[in-house]
Amino acid sequence: MAITLDRAIGQRQQGWVTSVLSSQTFWVLIAVILACLFLSVATDTFATSKNLYNITRNFTFVAIIALGMTLVIITGGIDLSVGSVLCLCSMVLAVVMNAGYSIEVGIAASVGTALVIGAFNGVMIAYLGFPPFVITLGMLSIARSLAMVASNNTVVFQFGPDHDTLLALGGGAWFFGIANPVIYMIVLALLTGFVLRWTKFGRYVFAIGGNEHAATLTGVPVRRIKVAVYMISALSAGVAGIIQTGWLGAVTTNIGAGMELQVIAAAVIGGANLAGGVGTASGALIGAALIEVIRNSLGLLGINAFWQGTFIGGATVLAVLFDRIRSFRQSE
Amino acid sequence: MAVLELANISKHFGAIQAVNDVSISLQAGEVVGLMGDNGAGKSTLVKMIAGNYRPSHGTMRMNGGELVMHRPIEARQHGIEIVYQDLALCDNLTAAANVFLGRELHRGVGPLRVLDYKSMYRRAGEIFKELKSETRPRDLVKQMSGGQRQAVAIARTMLSEAKIVLMDEPTAAISVRQVAEVLNLIRHLRDRGIAVILISHRMPDVFDVADRVIVMRRGRKVADKAIATSSPEEVTGLITGAIEQV
Repeated sequence: MAITLDRAIGQRQQGWVTSVLSSQTFWVLIAVILACLFLSVATDTFATSKNLYNITRNFTFVAIIALGMTLVIITGGIDLSVGSVLCLCSMVLAVVMNAGYSIEVGIAASVGTALVIGAFNGVMIAYLGFPPFVITLGMLSIARSLAMVASNNTVVFQFGPDHDTLLALGGGAWFFGIANPVIYMIVLALLTGFVLRWTKFGRYVFAIGGNEHAATLTGVPVRRIKVAVYMISALSAGVAGIIQTGWLGAVTTNIGAGMELQVIAAAVIGGANLAGGVGTASGALIGAALIEVIRNSLGLLGINAFWQGTFIGGATVLAVLFDRIRSFRQSE
Repeated sequence: MAVLELANISKHFGAIQAVNDVSISLQAGEVVGLMGDNGAGKSTLVKMIAGNYRPSHGTMRMNGGELVMHRPIEARQHGIEIVYQDLALCDNLTAAANVFLGRELHRGVGPLRVLDYKSMYRRAGEIFKELKSETRPRDLVKQMSGGQRQAVAIARTMLSEAKIVLMDEPTAAISVRQVAEVLNLIRHLRDRGIAVILISHRMPDVFDVADRVIVMRRGRKVADKAIATSSPEEVTGLITGAIEQV
């Protein structure tokens, strides 16, 4: 009896191979790789270093925000304000630097703005019980309007004394010719992955998404964690805004419009479950990559750009469909 | 000395008297069945022991010292653990993660402090072994049977040196075989010298595992006697009011 019990308890239900094969992220990654292989063969423009440089750089902004969004989605929430927050943070950075302040001051103001917005969202949701959808929908409108107020709805392209530093920060390639935004994305993804897997904070984020009531009863500081998660989401939008400003070299009040939908799609394609409790940092990256590869390939294959939405929407539905099929099989 | 002693505890919510002048004493290693119809006041009573409510009147003493709690988390600090009716488990986490939820083990120092998966899996495995439950620490709770889920919830109470375990309807919605498993888990707790309060509607379970039965009706304690000297018929009568008091 003792031996069989020992063996039963010591056993793993599934090996790592099985668990990799059953993860949505893995299959999306395969899809990305297959698409890239196909495009390399089918077109002579895809596998050029210039195009790859463009792709990697383009998807970083969505990917960085998708990292923050993934945390929010794991807790069972949603943040619709990220596109507008990106715009507002870019604009705060631009306006402050345009007024002659250094880049440090500009970034501090921008990051500060993001954190205040995130804290506001988080407090309204965690302490006052607002549905995340409602409060962040409100913030979507508020943040973009504030960006217009801050800039008087003009385009800012002069960034004061540190103009060149900012452009190098976002547009340069300091390490081995890899675009700077890609480096930031990888560092942030590793950080997010580490936090989710190895820290108590990450564990609590999953616990809240799995069963918020249980988390509360077992002494998890649910409210504080929720506020932190929305602050991280806004911060990721702010960071993406700062980098994007450096890359574009100009800020208008319509940047990031509609971006929240792309970000959420990226997180969901990458395996985050909107019902909460499931999601990974690598999934956010891979989901964002798939979206960008689809966009890029449609252009290269000469397909009308109007079809973009159909393909991206189709990919989102398809990715989740696989997940549904798997859970149907499990429940049988 | 009694591990827990309630003296003349009352609780009212506005004009509603939920618990009225109840005194109970609980010994270490004793299983007490707490029975009563819906609205008899047993949940309120247990919630006071769990730190959810504060009594309107009366005192609670634990090992002789007065027990005053403001938040549920303080109950745990005093060695009172609760197994909730819905078990309060996170389906998306592993068994070990659920056992250690809120009390994670770490290794490393300072900013390099990370979750100690290995130790948590090992310790959780040891507890499941002690409970004689075939529950694998690395499995997701989502995929577990009702009995295994109970084992996870009960394993939580064994992490620290619990003195009292409150169980709210642990056998309410599980299969017959799993009920036997859960009753065994309760016996294991008792053998460790833990006092168990078992709230249940199921007469056979209480008569199977409890040493003593307490019956409440309309906020009052109407019976408190050894299982050996009572019978299911008598308890039923006490619950419904056919028998006034013993």
